[in-house]
Amino acid sequence: MNSVARTINETTSRELRKTFRNPSELFYPLIFFVLVLTMFPFAIPPVTGLFNSIASGVLWTAALLAISLSLETLFKADYSTGALEVIHLSGANLILIGIGKALGHWVLSGLPIALLAFPIGWALDLKFLTLWVLVTSLLLGSATMSLMGASISALTVGLRGGGFLLVMLTLPLFVPLLIFGSSAAANASLGIVPEAEIYFLGGMFVLSLTLAPWATAHAIRIRLG
Amino acid sequence: MMNLLHKYASLKNFYFLSLRLSRWLTLPFVVALVYAIIGALWIAPQDYQQGESFRIMYVHVPSAWLSLFIYLNMVGAAVFALIWRVKLSEIVLRACAPLGAIFTFLALVTGSIWGKPMWGTWWVWDARLTSELILLFIYFGIIALFHAIEDRRMAARACALLTLVGAVNIPIIHYSVQWWSTLHQGATVSKMGAPSIHIDMLIPLIVMSIAFTLYFMIACLVRIRIGIREYDRNSNWVNYLVKSTLQKEHD
Repeated sequence: MNSVARTINETTSRELRKTFRNPSELFYPLIFFVLVLTMFPFAIPPVTGLFNSIASGVLWTAALLAISLSLETLFKADYSTGALEVIHLSGANLILIGIGKALGHWVLSGLPIALLAFPIGWALDLKFLTLWVLVTSLLLGSATMSLMGASISALTVGLRGGGFLLVMLTLPLFVPLLIFGSSAAANASLGIVPEAEIYFLGGMFVLSLTLAPWATAHAIRIRLG
Repeated sequence: MMNLLHKYASLKNFYFLSLRLSRWLTLPFVVALVYAIIGALWIAPQDYQQGESFRIMYVHVPSAWLSLFIYLNMVGAAVFALIWRVKLSEIVLRACAPLGAIFTFLALVTGSIWGKPMWGTWWVWDARLTSELILLFIYFGIIALFHAIEDRRMAARACALLTLVGAVNIPIIHYSVQWWSTLHQGATVSKMGAPSIHIDMLIPLIVMSIAFTLYFMIACLVRIRIGIREYDRNSNWVNYLVKSTLQKEHD
């Protein structure tokens, strides 16, 4: 295994190990995701089929919120224990660390949320095509969110009001993902295969894979002074 | 080029240069503003459809222009701050952010006031409105980050990075919002009803935009001077400046 893959692999598996040692943390984003979903039917008029007709958009919004919130913990422990500084001083390529961190975050939040969306959408009577498109768009969109969010997370780590600040900074950036992700699912429910939207999400993923780790590396350097 | 940069990027030199700049800019600003107000309120004819209420455009369009122009300035300052670590550009970045937020807010409010009689509603989820609103949130984010980090230089560099992240995303946000809004609703009334605009309406608009831009520059220079004093507050020249000002007030 070459050094690039090894650095990413080490960082990601370290992220996973940290969470698996305290497994309850694994469920926080998922429970939050389901909770937000549960709140919607209470807030909208109890018209039959109304919630089902907006379900894909609501699923996307809930996923967006859950992922944004879970970004806060990405660098927190490493920053407060000084591990981040050690990583920085070790001379490791921070860009690769950024990719590894984002990948770890995605495996722990985006991936399970996208998978959980499948049974939830099924229970909400979404059609099979809609379900597949929803899960695909969530997988792609959440990977982009992890990559872009990692840079903002590194930038706001250890600050007062970090959680609010993080969500405030990330949500405007996630608007395009929300637009294309939820409209992909909406189009699929009309029976149209939403190729354009999925391609757009794929394009955003590639773009953020190219640029975001660089920003993450720079953000770590700035925050460590 | 680099020599010039070094000379004027030094805080002390720029401080005194900015005093001179402010003085030069004031007269053109006043002239442009007076002409533009007269032009906007009297010379420009009534709109054949919108009557008098189109005149709010003379505040709205320059504000919208500045909301983007200021962001562009900030991107430039952010590049200088991150790559060459120029102190002055950190100060410029900090000085620009609230002004940008104010003009974005002004553009939204005037648009909303205009929209009430024209569209019959204060707010429409129209592409331009929505992306302007998101721009406002991005400004808020940058300002909030400035206030969250105590170390001034670290705050400036963090905000510079955030500005660049925003700069990559703003076009993407703009076009995806546009795509979304055309998908959601039919043709909305576009800002300038007809594609062409009467010359008597256009000239005051251009002059007003120039006046707004000059105002931004003057206000920004004041904020930059305050920033320079804060950055260099332990240096001799700032102390001397403050003492002599106090002395003058005392006499």
